[in-house]
Amino acid sequence: MTLPAARPLRRESRVGKGRVRRPERLGERVALLGPGLGYSLLFLAVPLGLVAVYAFLTAKRFGRVGGPVTLANVQRLTEPLYRDVAFTSLKLAAIATVIALLIGYPAAYALSRLPRRWRTVGIMLVVIPFWTNFLIRTYAWIVLLNDQGLINKLLGSLGIIDSPVQLMNHEPAIVLGFVYAYLPLMILPLYASIERLDPSLVEAAGNLGATPWQRFVTVILPMTAQGAVTGSLFVMIPSLGNFVIPELLGGGLTATLGTVARDQYLTDQNWPFGSAIALMILVVIVGIMVFQSLLTRRFGDRS
Amino acid sequence: MIRSRTIRIAGVAFVAALAVAACGGDDADEGAALDPDADLSQQTLTISNWDAYTPENLIPSFTEEFGTEVELALHATNEEIVGKLLQSKGEGYDVAFVSGQFAQQLQEAGLLAELDPDLIPNLSNLYPEALEMKHDVGLKFSVPYAWGTTGICYRNDLVPAPPTSWNDILQPAPENVGKITMLATDRWLLLPAQKSLGFSVNTTDDEELAQVAELLTSAKEGLLAYDDTTFFSRLVSGEANLVVAWDGWCNYGISENPDIEFVVPDEGSDLWTDTMVVLKSSENLEAAHAFINWVLSPENHRSVAELVLYKVPNKAAMDGLDPALIEQFPNLGLTPAELLASEQLLDVGGDTSKYTEIVTEVVSS
Repeated sequence: MTLPAARPLRRESRVGKGRVRRPERLGERVALLGPGLGYSLLFLAVPLGLVAVYAFLTAKRFGRVGGPVTLANVQRLTEPLYRDVAFTSLKLAAIATVIALLIGYPAAYALSRLPRRWRTVGIMLVVIPFWTNFLIRTYAWIVLLNDQGLINKLLGSLGIIDSPVQLMNHEPAIVLGFVYAYLPLMILPLYASIERLDPSLVEAAGNLGATPWQRFVTVILPMTAQGAVTGSLFVMIPSLGNFVIPELLGGGLTATLGTVARDQYLTDQNWPFGSAIALMILVVIVGIMVFQSLLTRRFGDRS
Repeated sequence: MIRSRTIRIAGVAFVAALAVAACGGDDADEGAALDPDADLSQQTLTISNWDAYTPENLIPSFTEEFGTEVELALHATNEEIVGKLLQSKGEGYDVAFVSGQFAQQLQEAGLLAELDPDLIPNLSNLYPEALEMKHDVGLKFSVPYAWGTTGICYRNDLVPAPPTSWNDILQPAPENVGKITMLATDRWLLLPAQKSLGFSVNTTDDEELAQVAELLTSAKEGLLAYDDTTFFSRLVSGEANLVVAWDGWCNYGISENPDIEFVVPDEGSDLWTDTMVVLKSSENLEAAHAFINWVLSPENHRSVAELVLYKVPNKAAMDGLDPALIEQFPNLGLTPAELLASEQLLDVGGDTSKYTEIVTEVVSS
């Protein structure tokens, strides 16, 4: 392929086309990107960088951090105790993600089928609980799930149970907490993905003889996979590092990566080991996101 | 190009990390002499305490008397305020309320001011025993605010029999299974097991700690929750039958439900002290001393006992306490001699991490 003829650096020859000259273009770029980039750098890159660096330093007395550079913190993570904790966290986050998917997909699908007028209402109903403070929503669940809570009282007054059923202070309650907290984050990307679906494709599949189930599995599902994966990420990532819900709804009886990291930072003043745990969570999340982008490349072109 | 961008970002982060980590420099002035005639209305105080641990009128009355503006910050646990102070090298606070073993830690970290007894004449109101507390003999860097012990708080109408031993928590009767909570913070989570096995509450022996961990792990199955803050309301609501509790907290339950009682198990317990400390970096040292002196007056310190329902180590205050109050809340009547029969909680130094690891081990089991 032949290269186009070299152009002059200044675009004065294109005067009539409203092209801006390069120096001003740079200033424009800085002004537009500056705040966002500065924010990301200051509040994202620097803290994450600190965590990554601290994970390889040594804890001194009184929360101080210094040399020598060491792998001891990362090695400590491979001990059986912390492997168990990591497994528990992954398990709870994964179960919460699957349940959120099973609930979120039909919900998003129903949303997309609503008449246009009601769709906004539907989305608002999904989003409004999210505007309430996270802690308050979690405490609300305590009011519901407690031994003296509303659900037990209701079941008792209906005569279904004799004595209160243990509805919280165990792992299922933690999963419930995760699902409830992050369900809107599952529904919205799914809804966006389902809404973009071209109904004529589904119709075409039907015309070619596909049953509703086949239409769902071979057309709808693959084309909304992207939304499903995004939604899953939005549920899995916050669940992995969460320490509030295991404490409030789990009764402090379950150790997760989040609670252990918090204990390292706040109780033991061991910032390097806490950072190692945080780094591990980061690595897991990045791994999941790489997996997601691979999936996108695999299924992306079908849209 | 990706590689150079990554390296640049890593470089920035590394430099930033070094800068923060190296930020150890400025030590506060060494022992500037305190001026007993300083104008306190020109000073301000930032105090950190637990929520609902200061009687409502204590600070406003201090401000009214001396003209010093006071800001009260709250902390939920010792570890939280100690963490903040260690990281900021004491900056931002003048006075902090911390338990004795944590005052020891702060002193070892070099963050506490040496107290000038001349500015705290009300120290003479304290019990002589309080002046010899092991975490700070002679009260050089801390002044006791409240003291007490840890025990079992229970509903005498719900338990099959009144508890007498830590094993009633650790190896509970069938009726109590699933209706027990234990304290969540390190030292007090381990306490019941340490005492049940006959060990010191300040032990750092690996053998002993391993046994403690084992006992706590087996006890976990019978628990409702590890709870530091809402355990008395669980008793009041009947969700729990027995909880491990500090004696003062149990009084909050007793005031809501007279069926609640407090007992110190036979194996013994700890003596904890909540103290007031002054940060060396404070620029309001005179006001800080004045505040501590204000708290130690018989009337003010008595109001702590009356309103916060904790015992105070102030003889002048406790002598004037209403007997009816002691009748309603029996543990307010524990004498210093009885308290000192318990083991005092001390800092375990670098072995704190052993305790944290045991907690992780037990909770993840």
